[in-house]
Amino acid sequence: MNVNHHPEDDLLVSYAAGSLAESWSLPVAAHLSHCPSCRRSIDLAETVGASLMQREEVVLMSGNALDCIMAEIDTLPQDPPASTSTISEINSRLPQPLWDYVGEDLDNLPWQKLGGDVAQFVIKTSDREAQARLLRIKAGKSVPCHGHGGRELTLVLCGGFHDEVAEFGPGDMEDLSGEAFHQPIAGNQEDCICLVVTDAPLRFQNFVPRLLQPIFKI
Amino acid sequence: MIPELNTKQGDAGGVKFSHSDLLARVGTSQDREAFATLFEALAPRVKAYMMQLGATPDTAEEITQETFVKVWRKAAQYDPNKSSAATWAFTIARNVRIDTLRKENRPALDPNEPMLVPDEPQTPFQEIEKSNVVDRVTSSIAELSADQREVIQLSFMVGLSHQEIANRLQIPLGTVKSRLRLSFEKLRLSLGEMR
Repeated sequence: MNVNHHPEDDLLVSYAAGSLAESWSLPVAAHLSHCPSCRRSIDLAETVGASLMQREEVVLMSGNALDCIMAEIDTLPQDPPASTSTISEINSRLPQPLWDYVGEDLDNLPWQKLGGDVAQFVIKTSDREAQARLLRIKAGKSVPCHGHGGRELTLVLCGGFHDEVAEFGPGDMEDLSGEAFHQPIAGNQEDCICLVVTDAPLRFQNFVPRLLQPIFKI
Repeated sequence: MIPELNTKQGDAGGVKFSHSDLLARVGTSQDREAFATLFEALAPRVKAYMMQLGATPDTAEEITQETFVKVWRKAAQYDPNKSSAATWAFTIARNVRIDTLRKENRPALDPNEPMLVPDEPQTPFQEIEKSNVVDRVTSSIAELSADQREVIQLSFMVGLSHQEIANRLQIPLGTVKSRLRLSFEKLRLSLGEMR
């Protein structure tokens, strides 16, 4: 798999710092499944975290802290080493961080139709900052042309799409913000399934999708 | 000038072990003495870090204890060839904090996932000796400009989102993003990495 479009470093740094909201973290984590190069960046950013933590002045732990921990440890088994795998039952089209949220094969999801060519599945997270959803665009069809009141992150899971910016395949991330308008068009070979995260309602150029917006909360 | 504590070495039976050695021993042989040494060296730093991020002393204590319970449980998954003990402990503490303080889940990659595209050959950053890597990164951070260091610190030490950094510094959101990108690119270059 050849990933060509990566999350920008500002996302990687905040993800590593733990200061990126849950919804935005979802496509970043899913992209990392595809991308050794971004995993290296995360490793570097986490080492920045370790460095900054090392330089903190120390605050002493309470006197019996270690005893409490030891007592708790005695009641727990250690996790097995890193070789075991439990992924066998998982649909390979969903990267594991996303599977943790969706928990269902893509074909079995209760997709909600947004017009004839596009369907969505809303993903529940606990942050109020942004909304994550899966979008399924029929092969060769498009999402109506829209702009963004805020940021929109799109991670391709299967198939691919192109828009005014570039062509995106599995593992690729598009990061749009501000006033950029685009019309994603799915490839002709197969349906395109993406994870899309937005922090503001989309701005559709045409009347009909605008009319449907309050119903679909997109 | 704060006197530098010697946090890199544990002393077990008169022989010096690096933190990474100690953690590896916890993983391979459930070595409680190694665990206690590691706890004494790192726990007060984790606690200070949590308080810096806004936790009360009680909550910081709780998060740190929970972090070390996880360090024990997950120690068998630690690979000293892949990361330093300090980096590994940082990631666990960060995740416990998100669970506890933000009450959010953290979408995270399970390193065991077979779908992971195999890694490429080692890069300069990966080849740095794991016992030195945190020091190397510390020097690189010191080379950043004050502006660049500030956005990194606000992300890690105060836990601010991009928008919160923009509000705090009264600069546009786009400037926050570009500063973070510039800082990180500079760190990457200074550690011999390519994007």
